Amino acid sequence: MSFINYASREINCKIVYYGPGLCGKTTNLQYIYQKTANESKGKMISLATESERTLFFDFLPLALGEVRGFKTRFHLYTVPGQVFYDASRKLILKGVDGIVFVADSQEERMDANIESLENLKENLEEQGYDLYKLPFVIQYNKQDLPNISPIEELRRFLNPTKVPEFKACAMSGVGVFETLKAIAKLVLMDLKKGTR
Amino acid sequence: MLNTQTTFVLYDEEAEKVKEVIDNLLKASNAKSIYLIDKNGQMIASTGNVAEIDATSLASLTAGNIAATGGLAKLIGEKEFAIQFHEGEKDNIHISIVGSRVILVVIFDQRSSLGLVRLRVKKASNTLTTIFDEISAKENAQDGMPGRANPFAEITDDDIDNLFS
Ligand SMILES: Nc1nc2c(ncn2[C@@H]2O[C@H](COP(=O)(O)OP(=O)(O)O)[C@@H](O)[C@H]2O)c(=O)[nH]1
Ligand SMILES: [Mg+2]
Repeated sequence: MSFINYASREINCKIVYYGPGLCGKTTNLQYIYQKTANESKGKMISLATESERTLFFDFLPLALGEVRGFKTRFHLYTVPGQVFYDASRKLILKGVDGIVFVADSQEERMDANIESLENLKENLEEQGYDLYKLPFVIQYNKQDLPNISPIEELRRFLNPTKVPEFKACAMSGVGVFETLKAIAKLVLMDLKKGTR
Repeated sequence: MLNTQTTFVLYDEEAEKVKEVIDNLLKASNAKSIYLIDKNGQMIASTGNVAEIDATSLASLTAGNIAATGGLAKLIGEKEFAIQFHEGEKDNIHISIVGSRVILVVIFDQRSSLGLVRLRVKKASNTLTTIFDEISAKENAQDGMPGRANPFAEITDDDIDNLFS
């Protein structure tokens, strides 16, 4: 649910990075945080366990500039990937305006990707959302690794409806801003249409 | 038109009314600062000594906290826990859900007391609920209101590209 504040002339949108455990969601946010000028970013919050696995969520507020006299603010969240944190994932999806699905391109993670995508659809459906009607993009992360699935295969299993997709290496930043830009654009276009 | 299910719109008139209520609450409760946050973690209004605290972080963590507590409540068969109180060494935080839609956060120290904050919050909550009911009613009736059209209806690809340049 985006929030338009006429008093402060701001528009706030919520974007959630979803995907299996260790696919690189937190790394995406960390890279965005590092590369964003201080005046455009807020504090990055990571609610993590001692082993640095995301426990509840990571949160990064970004101010991207003005559109039509309104300051645009994007609140980026990640979810914990591990299967047993499903309750937390559901909470974070509440009021979501756009979704980035981060896939782990390694062959042995294909099943985990598929399972996580199914889980995303189910959790959205519970709240009355249809994933394919929401602003939605896919990122094939860890493209730098040797044991990755061919892009055709990733596409076939994870992107049947051909939403915008990006190859990425979140660790070095390749594809990270392209992904962010694409989802931000879809979210703003969705506001323009005003129908969902 | 903006879809009322997916977009929460706050206009100047309501923003002013809301601000007045929390300004009054600040005085009446002798609190340090007060924040009104929507359940998705977005700051609606604040007052008092707000410069010390990162408001965006506060909003997101409060919403996360309320969401998690709400999940706990459902687990044990409650609808929600409407009030939370956390006591620190110097500062305390009182969190309450207003009209099941927004979250009211009051930060106070020894110059106030939990009893006083509770009492004043209760009264302010009723006023706020009325205001937010009005906002909802307005949103539902929005279709026929000229001059309040979607400010993003005219947005172009270039506008969006410029955000990233
Ligand atoms: N080789 C490689 N490793 C990555 C990439 N992105 C993330 N990682 C690593 O994968 C691990 C898990 O990343 P993290 O962002 O914590 O995953 P999350 O569970 O999705 O938040 C970390 O050790 C990262 O350094 C990538 O593009 N390539
Ligand atoms: Mg993580």
